[in-house]
Parts: sequence; C-alpha cells; structure tokens
Amino acid sequence: MTAHVTISLDVNGERVDAQVLPRLNLADFLREHLQLTGTHVGCEHGVCGACTVRVNGDIVRSCLMLAVQAQNASVVTIEGLSDSGEIADLQAAFRDRNALQCGFCTPGMLMAAQDLLRLEAEPDREQIREHLSGNYCRCTGYQAIIDAVETTARTRMGRTL
Amino acid sequence: MKASAFAYARATSVSNALELLATHGDRAKVLSGGQSLMPAMNLRLISPELLVDIGELTELRGIAVTGDVLRIGALTRHAELARSPDIAAHAPLLTEAIAHVAHPAIRNRGTLGGSLAHADPASELPACMVALNAVIIVRGQAGERRIGAEDFFTGIYETALSAEELLVAVELPVARKNSAYFFHEFARRQGDYAIVGLAAQAIVEGGIFADLRLALFAVGDRPVLAKAAKKLVGAAVTPVMLSGASAVLGEELDPHDDQQASAAMRRHLAKVLLARCVSALLGRPDLNAGGSA
Repeated sequence: MTAHVTISLDVNGERVDAQVLPRLNLADFLREHLQLTGTHVGCEHGVCGACTVRVNGDIVRSCLMLAVQAQNASVVTIEGLSDSGEIADLQAAFRDRNALQCGFCTPGMLMAAQDLLRLEAEPDREQIREHLSGNYCRCTGYQAIIDAVETTARTRMGRTL
Repeated sequence: MKASAFAYARATSVSNALELLATHGDRAKVLSGGQSLMPAMNLRLISPELLVDIGELTELRGIAVTGDVLRIGALTRHAELARSPDIAAHAPLLTEAIAHVAHPAIRNRGTLGGSLAHADPASELPACMVALNAVIIVRGQAGERRIGAEDFFTGIYETALSAEELLVAVELPVARKNSAYFFHEFARRQGDYAIVGLAAQAIVEGGIFADLRLALFAVGDRPVLAKAAKKLVGAAVTPVMLSGASAVLGEELDPHDDQQASAAMRRHLAKVLLARCVSALLGRPDLNAGGSA
C-alpha cells in the first residue's frame, strides 16, 4: 500500500514527472529529487517559514504539503523567482540593507515579501510585519528586513507612477 | 522530523472517500489542507496507515447564501473565507477571526473543515462556529447528520465526527438586523495560538442585548459558550451587572496551566476580554474602566 505514486507537475516553468513515496513532502522532493536546494528545511512543522514556495500562485509551506498533493500544480521556488528577475530589486534591497546574515531564512523571506508586494503595492511597516510573521529570522532582528521590503515597495511605486 | 510511511489514496468523489473511510476506519486519516495533520505526522504524534486526500473534491468547496442560511463547504480555504464578500456581509465575525489564524502561507492551504475536524481548543474557528450557532454537516455511508456546533466539539482534538464520516459543510444563520460581533485574542506573537480568545455574536436593540453568545477559546478542552452572557441580556448593562457576569465567568471556566500562562492568568484575561467585548458591542466605554491585560 505504501507504493510509489506517479506525479507530474510544473516546477519553475519546466514539466517534471516523478515517482515518489506518499510520505515525501514537497520541500524534500524539491531539494533531493530536483536538487533545488534554495528551498530550506528548518522546523518541518510549519512554524519557521524557511520552506515557503509558491504553488499555483499562492505561497505555501512546502514542508506541510506532500509531493503527491502537487499533482498537476505549478510550483515556483526561489530559484525560479530569482532566475526570472521578478525579485531582482528585492534581492538588491536585502543586500543593501543587510537584511540577511546567515541567509537561512532568506529564500522564505523573499517568497513571503514578494507575495505581499503582489497583493499590496504600498504596505505599511505593520502590514509587512504581519505578512512576514510566519517567517523566522534568528540573525537580523527583522528591522533590516522590514526596511528592505518597504524600500522595494516605494521604489516600485515610483517606477510605475 | 519526517512523517512515517503511509499509503495514499486520492478520493475521486465524496462517496469514494466514504468507502475508503468505511473500509479503513480509524487507521485512516482525511487529508484536507494538511496544515494541522502534516505537523502532527511530521512530529510523529500520529502515524495513520492511510491518508485519504479529499483535496480535489471541488464539490466540497465554496460559499453560498440561500435565504437566511450561509453554507460554507468544508474544503473552503482560510484565504478564501478572508476575501469572500459573502462572508464579510453575512458572517463578519469570521472575516475578522480569520486574520488571526496562523500566517498567510498557512491560510492559503488550511481549510475550514480541517480546522473544525481537528478541534484544537486554542484555535479560532471552532469558537466562531459556537458563537455563530453553526450547524456542522457530516456525511457517512448511511447518510447525513446535522450537529450543532456546541455538541460537535467534545474534547481536546475530539469531535462528534466518527472515523467513518466526513465533515462536508457548515451552515450559519446570516447576520440579522442589529447584530454585532466582537473578536479578540491574546497571543504572544501574531499568528500564534491564543493564550485566551473570545468570539462573540450579539443582537443589540436600543442599547440592550437581545441576544449574546460568548464563545471563549484556549480556556478549556473545547470552545466554551459562556453562561455568564445570560446575566447581560434583556436589560441595560450596569457596572454591577457586568461584574456579576465576570464573577460567573470566572467560576464557570476551568482553564489549564501551561508554559504560556497559568490558569489564574487565563481566568483574568478572560474577564478582561469580557469587559472589552461588552463595552465594544454596546458602545459603552464606561463599562471597560477596570482591568487591564
């Protein structure tokens, strides 16, 4: 009964077919089967946010989703988001503001921050804090991260005006 | 940690899911959004032999208003509840409460039915169902049962749902004229489980409660519909009446001690919430004079 299941999905714009065990979560599938190690695995119970990826346009915890649940889904990882250039300005702002130190939380932070900026063009600091509340950072104390997201939002607004 | 091995079945219809549950009973678990089930499995708190994935049963998703009844499918995700104009218009208590449920990435996957079936006594949505006097609809191979929210929650992670049944929907009465709601919880951080919370639904006519339902959570083994509310209905609330209700509330609650708060602290915070709630619902700042959190 605990047999392999065939799945096919889209990961960063490429079709992927695989045979997986039901117990394999999406984070481990991305990291170990596809070598997309930008998705980090921290707590493995949905608390730390390091494994945040985009599934069908919405951010989710890839440690709380089974690979078999991603059947027919469209998954975007930090590699896809970075390579497409969608968050180049956000990444630059993180560097400029020292919004990372060890970098472990950064892929999940960028995923969650970009999700907010897509939903809300000009969030205030409280909204930024709230949207990133599910992503832990043990280095920065968060201020620099909030600064980087706020700066990016302002710059993007200026560009579109 | 990782979940231990299990078999997986993707249900193709509600009747298919019910067949699987009838065959496997309590060796199987229903997988909906997985936002409570997967952590429990990853921590090896539970190790089901089979997961019945109902994620593709679109018939269980959606929000519909028919006459005076708001029906919400069990698979409706928290994020869908949060942005639904029907929920905002007819059950605004839920719209407000949903913002306190975990974090955006969790709300994108978690489902109403999953949260109710999981029945964590510290979670928001079971208490909202009790405050809103919801009917929980469950289906088994023998047919449907309609269970009042107060009878549905029976203990910590325990409900009236049997292992062979599936929670399919909830029905709520649409908010009536003069209805008012209040939601607040104390938590260490945004998105954490509450230390104490209160979901309230009321009918206020001419500054007097015609009806008041106070559902407290994280203060017992299930959401508690406070009997103290009866002390506040049918007459203009005075500070004396409120302190009487507060005393009754303190006696009827039996909160637990844990790392987050002592029972005494929880009882105190429940009383603070009661005063804030009554004051806010009646628009009477004078009733919230004492007691700080």
